[in-house]
Amino acid sequence: MTENKGEIKKMMIILSKGTLENVYAAFVLANGARMEGIEAEMFFTFFGLESIHKKKLTHLHVATVGNPAMHIPTLLGGLPGVEALATTMMKKEMEKIDMPDVAEFLDILSASGVRMWACKLAMDMFHYKKEDLYEGVEDVITVGDFYKQSAGEGTHMLFI
Amino acid sequence: MEKVIAGKTIAVNEEGYLTDFKQWDKSIADELAAEAEISLSPRHWEVLNYLQTEFKNEVPLSIRKIGKSGVVDIKEFYQLFPKAPLKTATKIAGIPKPASCI
Repeated sequence: MTENKGEIKKMMIILSKGTLENVYAAFVLANGARMEGIEAEMFFTFFGLESIHKKKLTHLHVATVGNPAMHIPTLLGGLPGVEALATTMMKKEMEKIDMPDVAEFLDILSASGVRMWACKLAMDMFHYKKEDLYEGVEDVITVGDFYKQSAGEGTHMLFI
Repeated sequence: MEKVIAGKTIAVNEEGYLTDFKQWDKSIADELAAEAEISLSPRHWEVLNYLQTEFKNEVPLSIRKIGKSGVVDIKEFYQLFPKAPLKTATKIAGIPKPASCI
Protein backbone atom coordinates (compact mmCIF):
# COMPACT_ATOMS: atom_id res chain seq x y z
CA MET A 1 0.00 0.00 0.00
CA THR A 2 2.77 2.44 0.81
CA GLU A 3 4.50 1.92 -2.54
CA ASN A 4 1.47 2.67 -4.70
CA LYS A 5 -0.16 5.16 -2.29
CA GLY A 6 -3.38 3.15 -2.18
CA GLU A 7 -4.01 3.60 -5.89
CA ILE A 8 -6.59 1.13 -7.23
CA LYS A 9 -5.11 -0.84 -10.10
CA LYS A 10 -7.61 -3.66 -10.51
CA MET A 11 -11.22 -4.27 -9.44
CA MET A 12 -12.37 -7.85 -8.98
CA ILE A 13 -16.17 -7.78 -8.91
CA ILE A 14 -18.13 -10.82 -7.83
CA LEU A 15 -21.79 -10.81 -8.88
CA SER A 16 -23.93 -13.33 -7.02
CA LYS A 17 -27.37 -11.84 -7.67
CA GLY A 18 -29.60 -11.78 -10.72
CA THR A 19 -31.92 -8.89 -9.89
CA LEU A 20 -31.66 -6.01 -12.29
CA GLU A 21 -30.57 -3.44 -9.71
CA ASN A 22 -27.67 -5.61 -8.55
CA VAL A 23 -26.61 -6.53 -12.08
CA TYR A 24 -26.53 -2.87 -13.07
CA ALA A 25 -24.57 -1.96 -9.96
CA ALA A 26 -21.90 -4.52 -10.86
CA PHE A 27 -21.83 -3.51 -14.53
CA VAL A 28 -21.59 0.21 -13.80
CA LEU A 29 -18.74 -0.40 -11.34
CA ALA A 30 -16.83 -2.58 -13.81
CA ASN A 31 -17.33 -0.16 -16.68
CA GLY A 32 -16.53 2.81 -14.45
CA ALA A 33 -13.25 1.18 -13.49
CA ARG A 34 -12.24 0.75 -17.12
CA MET A 35 -13.22 4.36 -17.87
CA GLU A 36 -10.75 5.44 -15.17
CA GLY A 37 -7.99 3.26 -16.55
CA ILE A 38 -8.42 0.61 -13.84
CA GLU A 39 -8.41 -3.05 -14.82
CA ALA A 40 -11.66 -4.91 -14.12
CA GLU A 41 -12.61 -8.56 -13.93
CA MET A 42 -15.98 -10.07 -13.07
CA PHE A 43 -16.80 -13.41 -11.49
CA PHE A 44 -20.39 -14.53 -11.99
CA THR A 45 -21.69 -16.95 -9.41
CA PHE A 46 -25.10 -18.28 -8.29
CA PHE A 47 -27.88 -16.03 -9.57
CA GLY A 48 -25.34 -13.65 -11.02
CA LEU A 49 -25.00 -16.25 -13.79
CA GLU A 50 -28.45 -15.19 -15.04
CA SER A 51 -26.94 -11.95 -16.29
CA ILE A 52 -24.57 -13.81 -18.64
CA HIS A 53 -26.92 -16.67 -19.59
CA LYS A 54 -27.88 -15.95 -23.21
CA LYS A 55 -31.52 -17.00 -22.79
CA LYS A 56 -32.04 -15.32 -19.43
CA LEU A 57 -30.11 -12.07 -19.55
CA THR A 58 -32.89 -10.24 -21.39
CA HIS A 59 -35.49 -11.26 -18.82
CA LEU A 60 -33.99 -9.95 -15.58
CA HIS A 61 -36.33 -8.21 -13.14
CA VAL A 62 -36.09 -5.77 -10.28
CA ALA A 63 -37.10 -7.19 -6.92
CA THR A 64 -40.47 -5.90 -5.72
CA VAL A 65 -40.73 -8.27 -2.77
CA GLY A 66 -38.32 -7.99 0.13
CA ASN A 67 -37.12 -4.64 -1.17
CA PRO A 68 -38.37 -1.91 1.21
CA ALA A 69 -36.77 0.85 -0.87
CA MET A 70 -39.21 0.12 -3.71
CA HIS A 71 -42.04 1.39 -1.45
CA ILE A 72 -44.38 -1.28 -2.72
CA PRO A 73 -46.12 -3.22 0.08
CA THR A 74 -44.78 -6.79 0.13
CA LEU A 75 -48.27 -8.21 -0.44
CA LEU A 76 -48.78 -6.10 -3.57
CA GLY A 77 -45.25 -6.72 -4.78
CA GLY A 78 -46.01 -10.42 -4.93
CA LEU A 79 -49.10 -10.07 -7.13
CA PRO A 80 -48.77 -11.39 -10.69
CA GLY A 81 -47.44 -8.78 -13.07
CA VAL A 82 -46.26 -6.27 -10.47
CA GLU A 83 -42.61 -7.25 -10.80
CA ALA A 84 -42.85 -7.07 -14.60
CA LEU A 85 -44.54 -3.68 -14.43
CA ALA A 86 -41.93 -2.28 -12.04
CA THR A 87 -39.21 -3.66 -14.30
CA THR A 88 -40.72 -2.06 -17.41
CA MET A 89 -40.95 1.28 -15.62
CA MET A 90 -37.38 1.07 -14.41
CA LYS A 91 -36.10 0.13 -17.88
CA LYS A 92 -37.84 3.19 -19.34
CA GLU A 93 -36.18 5.45 -16.79
CA MET A 94 -32.82 3.84 -17.49
CA GLU A 95 -33.10 4.42 -21.22
CA LYS A 96 -33.83 8.09 -20.47
CA ILE A 97 -30.51 8.47 -18.68
CA ASP A 98 -28.63 6.68 -21.48
CA MET A 99 -28.31 3.39 -19.60
CA PRO A 100 -27.88 0.43 -21.97
CA ASP A 101 -29.88 -2.80 -21.56
CA VAL A 102 -28.12 -5.87 -20.17
CA ALA A 103 -27.15 -7.34 -23.57
CA GLU A 104 -25.71 -4.05 -24.84
CA PHE A 105 -23.99 -3.43 -21.52
CA LEU A 106 -22.23 -6.81 -21.77
CA ASP A 107 -20.97 -5.81 -25.23
CA ILE A 108 -19.70 -2.50 -23.82
CA LEU A 109 -17.92 -4.28 -20.96
CA SER A 110 -16.38 -6.82 -23.29
CA ALA A 111 -15.19 -4.15 -25.76
CA SER A 112 -13.79 -2.14 -22.85
CA GLY A 113 -11.56 -5.03 -21.82
CA VAL A 114 -13.45 -6.29 -18.77
CA ARG A 115 -12.52 -9.96 -18.28
CA MET A 116 -15.46 -12.18 -17.38
CA TRP A 117 -15.43 -15.51 -15.62
CA ALA A 118 -18.19 -17.95 -14.63
CA CYS A 119 -18.11 -19.87 -11.35
CA LYS A 120 -17.66 -23.61 -11.88
CA LEU A 121 -19.56 -24.62 -8.76
CA ALA A 122 -22.64 -22.56 -9.66
CA MET A 123 -22.48 -23.68 -13.30
CA ASP A 124 -22.57 -27.31 -12.14
CA MET A 125 -25.38 -26.59 -9.73
CA PHE A 126 -27.61 -24.95 -12.35
CA HIS A 127 -26.54 -27.45 -15.06
CA TYR A 128 -25.37 -24.64 -17.33
CA LYS A 129 -22.80 -25.18 -20.08
CA LYS A 130 -20.19 -22.75 -21.35
CA GLU A 131 -22.17 -22.55 -24.65
CA ASP A 132 -25.17 -21.18 -22.73
CA LEU A 133 -23.16 -18.14 -21.75
CA TYR A 134 -22.47 -14.80 -23.38
CA GLU A 135 -19.49 -15.06 -25.77
CA GLY A 136 -17.43 -12.52 -23.85
CA VAL A 137 -17.14 -14.89 -20.88
CA GLU A 138 -13.62 -16.26 -21.10
CA ASP A 139 -13.89 -19.42 -19.08
CA VAL A 140 -15.54 -21.36 -16.29
CA ILE A 141 -13.18 -21.25 -13.31
CA THR A 142 -12.99 -22.15 -9.63
CA VAL A 143 -12.83 -19.71 -6.77
CA GLY A 144 -9.15 -20.58 -6.41
CA ASP A 145 -8.52 -19.59 -10.03
CA PHE A 146 -10.30 -16.33 -9.38
CA TYR A 147 -8.06 -15.57 -6.42
CA LYS A 148 -5.02 -16.25 -8.61
CA GLN A 149 -6.40 -13.80 -11.17
CA SER A 150 -6.61 -11.24 -8.38
CA ALA A 151 -2.91 -11.26 -7.56
CA GLY A 152 -1.05 -7.99 -7.67
CA GLU A 153 -0.66 -4.69 -5.94
CA GLY A 154 -3.66 -2.36 -5.82
CA THR A 155 -6.28 -5.06 -6.37
CA HIS A 156 -9.64 -4.55 -4.70
CA MET A 157 -12.40 -7.12 -4.44
CA LEU A 158 -16.10 -6.46 -4.30
CA PHE A 159 -18.96 -8.84 -3.59
CA ILE A 160 -22.42 -7.99 -4.89
CA MET B 1 -4.99 28.04 -13.06
CA GLU B 2 -2.63 28.59 -15.92
CA LYS B 3 -0.24 26.23 -17.63
CA VAL B 4 2.28 26.73 -20.40
CA ILE B 5 1.41 24.31 -23.20
CA ALA B 6 3.30 24.36 -26.51
CA GLY B 7 4.82 27.70 -25.54
CA LYS B 8 1.48 29.36 -24.84
CA THR B 9 -0.08 30.30 -21.50
CA ILE B 10 -3.38 28.42 -21.33
CA ALA B 11 -6.17 28.51 -18.73
CA VAL B 12 -6.76 25.05 -17.25
CA ASN B 13 -8.60 23.60 -14.27
CA GLU B 14 -6.93 21.67 -11.44
CA GLU B 15 -7.08 18.45 -13.48
CA GLY B 16 -5.43 20.05 -16.48
CA TYR B 17 -8.51 20.41 -18.69
CA LEU B 18 -8.70 23.57 -20.78
CA THR B 19 -11.31 25.96 -19.42
CA ASP B 20 -11.54 28.01 -22.62
CA PHE B 21 -11.86 26.00 -25.81
CA LYS B 22 -10.98 29.10 -27.87
CA GLN B 23 -7.40 28.74 -26.62
CA TRP B 24 -7.11 25.22 -28.05
CA ASP B 25 -5.12 24.48 -31.19
CA LYS B 26 -3.43 21.46 -32.73
CA SER B 27 -0.03 22.10 -31.15
CA ILE B 28 -1.73 22.02 -27.73
CA ALA B 29 -3.39 18.72 -28.62
CA ASP B 30 -0.02 17.28 -29.66
CA GLU B 31 1.61 18.32 -26.41
CA LEU B 32 -1.25 17.07 -24.19
CA ALA B 33 -1.20 13.79 -26.13
CA ALA B 34 2.54 13.49 -25.56
CA GLU B 35 1.92 13.95 -21.81
CA ALA B 36 -0.44 10.96 -22.02
CA GLU B 37 2.20 9.06 -24.04
CA ILE B 38 0.07 9.10 -27.17
CA SER B 39 1.29 10.10 -30.61
CA LEU B 40 -1.68 11.41 -32.59
CA SER B 41 -2.46 9.56 -35.83
CA PRO B 42 -5.13 10.50 -38.41
CA ARG B 43 -7.44 8.03 -36.61
CA HIS B 44 -6.95 9.88 -33.33
CA TRP B 45 -7.82 13.12 -35.10
CA GLU B 46 -11.08 11.70 -36.47
CA VAL B 47 -12.11 10.84 -32.92
CA LEU B 48 -10.96 14.20 -31.50
CA ASN B 49 -12.87 16.07 -34.21
CA TYR B 50 -15.97 14.04 -33.42
CA LEU B 51 -15.66 14.83 -29.69
CA GLN B 52 -15.26 18.53 -30.40
CA THR B 53 -18.31 18.54 -32.67
CA GLU B 54 -20.39 16.85 -29.98
CA PHE B 55 -19.13 19.37 -27.44
CA LYS B 56 -20.06 22.29 -29.71
CA ASN B 57 -23.53 20.77 -30.14
CA GLU B 58 -23.74 20.41 -26.34
CA VAL B 59 -24.26 16.66 -26.51
CA PRO B 60 -23.19 14.95 -23.25
CA LEU B 61 -20.49 12.36 -23.95
CA SER B 62 -20.41 8.79 -22.67
CA ILE B 63 -18.69 5.54 -23.63
CA ARG B 64 -22.05 4.29 -24.92
CA LYS B 65 -22.41 7.33 -27.22
CA ILE B 66 -18.87 6.83 -28.52
CA GLY B 67 -19.75 3.23 -29.37
CA LYS B 68 -22.79 4.37 -31.32
CA SER B 69 -21.03 7.29 -33.00
CA GLY B 70 -20.15 5.43 -36.19
CA VAL B 71 -16.73 7.13 -35.92
CA VAL B 72 -15.02 4.60 -33.67
CA ASP B 73 -16.12 1.51 -31.75
CA ILE B 74 -15.44 1.08 -28.05
CA LYS B 75 -12.64 -1.43 -28.53
CA GLU B 76 -10.70 0.82 -30.89
CA PHE B 77 -11.40 3.83 -28.65
CA TYR B 78 -9.61 2.01 -25.80
CA GLN B 79 -6.76 1.11 -28.16
CA LEU B 80 -6.33 4.67 -29.40
CA PHE B 81 -6.49 6.21 -25.93
CA PRO B 82 -5.35 3.49 -23.53
CA LYS B 83 -6.11 3.69 -19.81
CA ALA B 84 -8.94 6.19 -19.36
CA PRO B 85 -10.00 6.89 -22.97
CA LEU B 86 -12.86 9.33 -22.48
CA LYS B 87 -10.97 11.39 -19.92
CA THR B 88 -7.77 11.39 -21.95
CA ALA B 89 -9.39 12.10 -25.30
CA THR B 90 -11.50 14.99 -24.01
CA LYS B 91 -8.47 16.54 -22.34
CA ILE B 92 -6.50 16.39 -25.60
CA ALA B 93 -9.51 17.77 -27.48
CA GLY B 94 -9.55 20.77 -25.16
CA ILE B 95 -13.10 20.15 -23.94
CA PRO B 96 -14.43 19.51 -20.40
CA LYS B 97 -14.19 16.12 -18.74
CA PRO B 98 -17.53 14.34 -19.23
CA ALA B 99 -19.54 13.85 -16.03
CA SER B 100 -20.77 10.43 -17.14
CA CYS B 101 -20.81 7.12 -15.28
CA ILE B 102 -21.33 5.02 -18.40
